[in-house]
This record gives sequence, structure tokens and C-alpha cells, in this order.
Amino acid sequence: MIYPDSKIVLEVRGLCATVNGTEILKGLDLTVRRGEVHAIMGPNGSGKSTFSKILAGHSAYEVTGGSVMFEGQNLFDLAPEERARAGVFLAFQYPIEIPGVINSQFLRLTYNTVQTHRGKEELDPLEFDDYVREKMKLLEMSPDFLERSVNEGFSGGEKKRNEILQMAMLDPRLAILDETDSGLDIDALRIVANGVNQLANKDNAIVLVTHYQRLLNYIVPDYVHVMEAGRIIKTGGKELALELESRGYDWVGVEHKAVARAVA
Amino acid sequence: MSATLQNLVNQPYKHGFVTSIESDVAPKGLNADTIRMISTKKKEPEWLLEFRLKSYEAWLKMEEPIWPNVHYPKIDFQAISYYSAPKQKPKLKSMDEVDPELLRTFEKLGVPLHERMALAGVAVDVIFDSVSVATTYKDKLAEVGIIFCSMSEAVLDHPELVQKYLGTVIPPSDNFYAALNSAVFTDGSFCYIPKGVKCPMDLSTYFRINTEESGQFERTLIVAEEGASVSYLEGCTAPAFSSNQLHAAVVELVALDNADIKYSTVQNWYAGDEKGVGGIYNFVTKRGLAKGVNSRISWTQVETGSAITWKYPSCVLLGDNSVGEFYSVAVTNHYQQADTGTKMIHVGKNTRSTIVSKGISAGHSNNSYRGLVKVAPGATGARNYSQCDSMLVGQNSGAHTFPYIQVANNSSQIEHEASTSKIGEDQLFYFAQRGIDAEAAVSMIINGFCKDVFQQLPMEFAVEATALLSFKLEGSVG
Repeated sequence: MIYPDSKIVLEVRGLCATVNGTEILKGLDLTVRRGEVHAIMGPNGSGKSTFSKILAGHSAYEVTGGSVMFEGQNLFDLAPEERARAGVFLAFQYPIEIPGVINSQFLRLTYNTVQTHRGKEELDPLEFDDYVREKMKLLEMSPDFLERSVNEGFSGGEKKRNEILQMAMLDPRLAILDETDSGLDIDALRIVANGVNQLANKDNAIVLVTHYQRLLNYIVPDYVHVMEAGRIIKTGGKELALELESRGYDWVGVEHKAVARAVA
Repeated sequence: MSATLQNLVNQPYKHGFVTSIESDVAPKGLNADTIRMISTKKKEPEWLLEFRLKSYEAWLKMEEPIWPNVHYPKIDFQAISYYSAPKQKPKLKSMDEVDPELLRTFEKLGVPLHERMALAGVAVDVIFDSVSVATTYKDKLAEVGIIFCSMSEAVLDHPELVQKYLGTVIPPSDNFYAALNSAVFTDGSFCYIPKGVKCPMDLSTYFRINTEESGQFERTLIVAEEGASVSYLEGCTAPAFSSNQLHAAVVELVALDNADIKYSTVQNWYAGDEKGVGGIYNFVTKRGLAKGVNSRISWTQVETGSAITWKYPSCVLLGDNSVGEFYSVAVTNHYQQADTGTKMIHVGKNTRSTIVSKGISAGHSNNSYRGLVKVAPGATGARNYSQCDSMLVGQNSGAHTFPYIQVANNSSQIEHEASTSKIGEDQLFYFAQRGIDAEAAVSMIINGFCKDVFQQLPMEFAVEATALLSFKLEGSVG
């Protein structure tokens, strides 16, 4: 929801980045305020996923220009784990499997690490068990998830639910959901979207990175951005997503070029 | 491999100090006279000198094994001193008489040497270089008929038991290093659990090599009579020297009908520096004979130290329904080399064995699992389950698996599973994105990887092993 005079959570200015020497982001601008839900859409290869990984601090990408301020501080001054502790959360497109590490232990470690950073009490295993089971209800997850290895052998839908469970636990300031809808059947999509909707509040912000409009039927964005060739070339309200659904992405690029020519 | 991962694995060795204690060191070199000297110093009976000299004769005719997947310059066996003992009063009546410097050393190592450690519930025998310096709880154990003392004492006080069992599981001619050990072994632990007795506490031996250019050849013998059971722990450290020290131990276990022996090791000999200079050559023969029906021998090892490890704690399952187990974690870093595994020899009917091996290689190290499962024609209904998992850390380490399976009847079942995994950048990024730094992430991944083995360790050893692994791998992942 858009709140007047809400504080800026994320301010991206002219962000440029490369991977293995190839330029992926070419001057990206984006401002996200507390309480807002943003959707970033665009064709494959437009740089959407790269953008989310750069915000989280993935080492494969090199930032070559521009700036990103998160809650008033330079995001690039923080190591990936520090960003997470400060409240940047990335729900992975492909959550990583960690064989041998029990999910409940992993979840408790991440929860306690972030809590400690926020000056709050850690939970012991029993307290945490109560806490996490409550959160799991939100996502209609069965308790046996806790005893399995992290993401190992999980179905696509189970992995995504495990991601949103962590979002629910860690209570981030900025949650970036990278293609969270991919690989979800319609029931799982509804459950995951419902979870996200309940977690959205006036103090946090959500950035949905998605290829399809489908997710936005469930999580209604305040802003829709279209990304192409490493830049945001159009921004609109939720109706833009519907237009993209019916007309595709090409016209946005054509229109953008026409505007650019007219300005020149 | 990123800098964080590097730093995590590359922590210095904290047991690398040398204790300044006057030692009685034999001149370098090996011949029949050296052996006579050792035997005389230890006031040994004639039969034991015979045993040593025969072993020496056998050794002279043997060749060093070259089949392990390890590489090192040829050892000059004449450049090693075969006896080194801290100089002190010959016989100690109480702990108060032990050289205070030596006590401080063990304090640094965290060995519960004093009687006041009764609360810890562990009886300890401590071997410093070549001789045993203290055995705690001897009296308490004697009340239930358990003999727990140094091998030297056992030879003098219980010669009939030692003579009956010594060399029966691992004959001197078994292999090159077993023969060498049989010729020159200096001390070690002896443990005898009489019929029907369940040992009321864990027994523990702590080995330490302190002298440069000396070898340590300890000999351990554990006998569990019918229905007896014992859990035995072994720990090892050594100072950091730039030269290599040879450690060639022999451990023999004998379990009679319905007896149960559990042997756990945390091996943290000095591994050499980050360039591979120095470190212990750990060439060890360990074997248990499950002689009686329903007997059980269980080996658990956490191998983190030594420049080179060559070690296959094995079980000969002779008694019907006997059980052999091998649980192993072997970690190598820098230029360490390990070739370790087990042999399960099924002879009796319905014998069962389990092998769980976890190898972790970091730095430029090489880690090999080598195992033999052999089922004799008469071992009908035998079963084996083997699981060999390797984990690679970084780009320059190697993991190898050499399983040998020989089955000579058609009623046995053998299962073998193997996997290789890698601590990847993506896993660490996932942890980081949840606020967990690389060090904690590696520790969690490794502990998860090793948990099937760690849960076999006695409680205090499990804690030590977990800490040791985190310490060992600090800085190696990223």
C-alpha cells in the first residue's frame, strides 16, 4: 500500500553491473518506500534476477557503477550476511539444497543470528519449535519439514514455501521475491501469495521479480516496472501488468525508443 | 576459493608446543642390539625379547608398502631414535610425583589427569613419547577385576595374559609397520575386562610425541572376556617440528562370546604446516577379532591430524552372529594425505558389518577411502552395509574411493553406497543471505555431513570432535 510521506527503504541510482565481463545492468533506477509492493517484470535476460542477486550481495556479479542506499546506508558497504541481518531478504528462485543439515537447526540458527543482531533474545530449541510451528501454519506446511535436510528432495512448491517461511521468521525490511511463482501449481501459488500478503505491512517493502502476471492476481502491486536490457523503461500501476499480459513486452520497448528519440 | 574459506581452513595447530623435559633418548638407528637395549630397559621377560627379535628378523625381509595413495620421500629407518622417555623416578606411586612440567603439558592439552577428575568419569593412561607416565583409577577398576595399565606394567605384572594374546590378532609378519612395531614397541595400554564385567567408565589413553626425530611405537591390547564390555577412547597430539616423526602403532582387540568392545579415536597429530613441511607419518595397524559368538567390535575414528595417514581399523568376524562396525571421519587440509578405511572379514555365520566413512578434503590435500569387505565361503547369511561419502572444499583437493568387495557364497548381502559433494559458493551464499557467516555455515554443513559418525562417539569426544573440525576447516571455504 502507498502511504504518504513513507520513508525510503531502497534507493537505486544508475546501477551498472557485469558478470564475467558482460554488462547486465545498465543504469537502473528504482525507489521503494515502506509499505509498498513493487513488481519488476520483463522478458528473459532483461536483468531481473541479476538485480535481485546484486542486492543480496552475490559474489559472481561486479558492480561497475551507480549506488544503492538501503535504509539510509550504502548497501555495498555491507557483506551479504550483514545485509541479511540488517533486513534484506531474498527468496531464491532456486533455493539451494544443503544435504545433511536439518531444516529445524538451520532455521533456528538463522533466526537466532538475526535476532541477536537486533538485540533480541535467542530462542532455545523448544521455544523455537513452538515459534516455527506457528509460522508454518501460515504456509500450511506439515511439521515433518522440520526434520528433513534443508531443501533436499523438496518439491518446487515445498522449496518456495520454505523460503516464505524464512521470510516470516526473519521479518525483513525489504523482501525480494525472485520468481517465487515459477514451478508452483495453482494451490501452492495461492498459499504462498496468501503468506506474503499477511506478511506485508506498513514497515516493510516487497519487491516481486516475476515473468508472468499470474502472481499479481494474488499479490497486488502498488507499482509495476518493466525491465529491458538492464534498465527500468516503464513504470505504472497494477493495470500495467494486465496490459503486459495481453500485449506482451515488445510494445514497451518500441514506445520507450520512440520517447527517447522524441526527447533527443 | 574465496579468502574467507581460505582463512577458515587455515588455523594454526594449537598443540604444537614442545615441553622442555629431560629425556632419556636412545641413539638413532635400529639393529638387534637396539632391541635388546629396549627390552633390558623395560626389564622384560625372555619370551618377549624373543618375540621382538623374531619380528625384527621378519621386518628385515619385508618391503615398505607402496600401494597406498600417498607420496613421501623414502624413510631412513636408521635415522630414527627408537626409544625416548622423560627422565624421572622409575616408579610413581601417586600423581603428585609426576614431573610438574609434564602435568602442565597435559593440562594444556586438556587431559583429565588428576583423580579429582573422577567426576568426568574417564580413566586415563598417558603415553609421553615412549613410556606411560600415569594411569588414573587403576584401583577403582581393580575392584571389579578390570586391569587397565601401561603395556610395560602388564608385561611385568600380568605376563600370562599378555603372552596369551599379544600378536594373536596382528601377527608380527602381518605387514611392514606391524613387524617394525612388534620389534621396537615401547609402551601403550593394556586393558583386560574379565568375564561378565561391564566396564563402569570409559577408558582413555592419551598419546603424545614430544621429541624430534624420535618414533612412537605404541602397542595396545584390549581383551574382553565372555559377556564383558568396554568403551575405550584414544587421543593423540604432537608438537610442531619441521622434520617428520614416525608413528607406527599396533592396536589389537579380542572379544570373546557376547563381548562388546567400542574403540574411539580422535587423532590430531601435528599435520605439518600450510606448505606441507613437517608432520607425523601415522602408519598404524588396528584390528579387532570378534572371536566369540554374538561378539561386537566397533571402531569410531575422527582423523584430523598427521601429514600422512595409513590406517585401516579392521574387524575379523570369526564368531557366529558377530558384529563389526567402522565409523570414520577423515579430514585433510593443506598438503595432508590420508589413505584410510577398514577391512571387514566375515568368517562366522550370520555376521554383520557396517561401514560409514566420511572424507573431507580441503586445500591441496588428498583423501582416500580404501576398504575391503570379504565374505568367506562358510559365512552364510553375512550382511554388510557400506556408505562412503566424500566432501570437497575448494578447487585443489582430491577425494578417492577404493572399495574392494569379495564374496564367496550366495546367501550374503552386500550394499555399497557412495557420494561426492562439494561445499559450494551457492550454499555459502544461501547461508549468508540468512545472516549466517561462512565460518558458521561451514561448521554446520560439516557437522551435518559427519553426524552419522559423531553420534557414535562418547559425549565428551563428540563435543571435542565437533570443535576440532570447525577449527581445522576454519578459513577453507568461500
